[in-house]
Amino acid sequence: MIRLEKRPSPSRTVGMLTPVLAVLLTMVAGSVLFAILGKNPFLAIKTIFYDPILGEFAFYYRGQLLVKAGPLILIAIGLSLGFRAGIWNIGAEGQYIIGAICGAGVGLAFYPADFWFIFPLMVLAGAAGGILWAMIPAILKTRFNTNEILVSLLLVYVAEQILASMSLGLLRNPDGAGFPGSRNLKQYEAAANNELIVGTGVHWGVVAALIAVILAYVLLNRHMLGFQIRLTGESPRAARFAGVRPRLLVVFCLGASGGLAGLAGLFEVAGPAGQISIDFNVGYGFTAIIVAFLGRLHPVGILLAGLLMALTYIGGEAAQATLGLPAAAIQAFQGMLLFFLLAVDVLTNYRIRIGRMEAA
Amino acid sequence: MKRRNLLAGAALALGLGGAALAGSHEPLKVGFIYVGPIGDGGWTFEHNEGRLAVEEHFGDAVETVFQENVPEGADAERALTQMALQGADLIFTTSFGYMDPTNAVAGKFPDVKFEHATGYKREHANVSTYSARFYEGRAVQGHIAGKMTETNKIGYIASFPIPEVIRGINAAYIHAKRVNPDVEFSVIWVYTWFDPAKEADAANALIEQGADVVLQHTDSTAPQAAAQAAGNVITFGQASDMGEYAPMPRVSSIIDNWAPYYIARTQEVIDGSWASVDTWDGISTGMVKIGDISDAVPADVKAEAEAMAAAIGAGEYHPFTGPLNKQDGSPWLAEGEIADDGTLAGMNFYVEGLTGEVPN
Repeated sequence: MIRLEKRPSPSRTVGMLTPVLAVLLTMVAGSVLFAILGKNPFLAIKTIFYDPILGEFAFYYRGQLLVKAGPLILIAIGLSLGFRAGIWNIGAEGQYIIGAICGAGVGLAFYPADFWFIFPLMVLAGAAGGILWAMIPAILKTRFNTNEILVSLLLVYVAEQILASMSLGLLRNPDGAGFPGSRNLKQYEAAANNELIVGTGVHWGVVAALIAVILAYVLLNRHMLGFQIRLTGESPRAARFAGVRPRLLVVFCLGASGGLAGLAGLFEVAGPAGQISIDFNVGYGFTAIIVAFLGRLHPVGILLAGLLMALTYIGGEAAQATLGLPAAAIQAFQGMLLFFLLAVDVLTNYRIRIGRMEAA
Repeated sequence: MKRRNLLAGAALALGLGGAALAGSHEPLKVGFIYVGPIGDGGWTFEHNEGRLAVEEHFGDAVETVFQENVPEGADAERALTQMALQGADLIFTTSFGYMDPTNAVAGKFPDVKFEHATGYKREHANVSTYSARFYEGRAVQGHIAGKMTETNKIGYIASFPIPEVIRGINAAYIHAKRVNPDVEFSVIWVYTWFDPAKEADAANALIEQGADVVLQHTDSTAPQAAAQAAGNVITFGQASDMGEYAPMPRVSSIIDNWAPYYIARTQEVIDGSWASVDTWDGISTGMVKIGDISDAVPADVKAEAEAMAAAIGAGEYHPFTGPLNKQDGSPWLAEGEIADDGTLAGMNFYVEGLTGEVPN
């Protein structure tokens, strides 16, 4: 007889071990899936997890890992602050888009001028765009008590429409022969977010993500505001007695996550993506929610989770191209990771007891 | 060594990759980057049929690799680099949004040949562009649609407002209007190439508005299924024959037949005669084929449609022959004047009679 017994308090050790366990379980289940598809499961797992880090072309993939992980980490760090306090910003994707539009808009407005301050100004505009977009759910929540989950999520679709409109209208490349999409910022030196060291994949967005990890760590562990965030999440009533001003906290958490998402959008549009186009956003804002939870809402955890998530993307793509695995199998594989993470989460709060249940 | 590669940067590392390749006697490696899944039943499906034709034609002399569902933007650049690193000699990138990534990667891999579908940028000597004159097929569809509609309302599911799509709308409208002066077009922009749910929604909305003909410039068969469910609505296969919906609702189709082009270009790489070109072929070379016109179409209409297709193929008739005015009434083509390719390639306006605006 196997049964679950509630732990007196969640186990910290198990809490740190479960993500590792989830990854291992994913590898096992994924192997079964790949074997059913007629591929060598060991080769597939090696292609996904080993080759991008240590394989033949790792010199390229390692940089790409950072390119992919950078925006995920940056957004997830912002989200984790709110999630810890029970403030659910689900619309980072929208803030990411608006940040990119505002930042790119500022850069394009200066085209083709060459001033040193253009890129810094774009960074500010990107952050401001994200913050402003996040202020909509924040103000609606603090003034009218609306649900920030719904408002922030629905604003993603509004942002996507604005993105399409910008690609076709205001920001469209005047030399683009009528095709949608802005000028390529990578080809506009003053506005480009190029690699800082060629070949490493490190651009300003990756640097910003690392800074965000450190700042979030300090904030949560050494600062009164961080204490208030954690307290509000764990016990809202106690937080009220401790002098937390809940409205201010809502504004701060949504503002911080929106600002970081906006920054991520700006760094992406000026760097890897290069241009505002109709399908500029590829879901970083949503994937970052997964990254935040995979990292246990802890800054260092998020850093690792972001890199792991990036690895499944990059390795997954490699497995597609080299082994001919269908894209859907890779998506299922990523889905398994989340499924197992949630499934083994139960072990944090419960322990498994094997033996006869005692008579009631 | 790995570390040195990393520091020395991509240029050196990529150079090494290229050198290793030149010395090998392995089969020619041809890569394909797809925007949708190979099972979309439309656009990507036909490109993949072209890939399979290359495999069949060359046997062991050629190896093909592909990656599906590649987002347009930063991810495409990685997918391309990955293929080039892994030794691809010729890479076909099969969506408009891969234009900048294709050129960016081509700059880094001068020894690899790149072929970009439906774009206009050839920034390096190793980049070609190719597309098909789908509008020739649209003219035939417009003729059948104009003859067949009873409600005089024709629905059009459009993807993105790019010249290729606008050209198709104009070509269909001109030829529907010519045989049926009362015809009206409603265009719905779905901003996606492949999203069965969105495409079905659009088809249903058009049918509810009274359309009894639904044309689509998106890649899934969802509109066909929606029309079948509604009954008494006719459709046309897009990109692929979609013959499983014949004879009703699918009464004909435009088939993109890439195989001859892919085989020819692969042969040129083998022969060493490959050069950067801009190819825009239509019915005459077989790149565009008109799928079997079903018995749901009256025999006289079928004969007219086939005659039109033959005339276009023989170069006796051009779908954009004046007199034609632009939507605002300003003259575009005088009596007997034929549109030049430059204007067609960048077409961003509707012809006279169409209602609504090109989104911008």
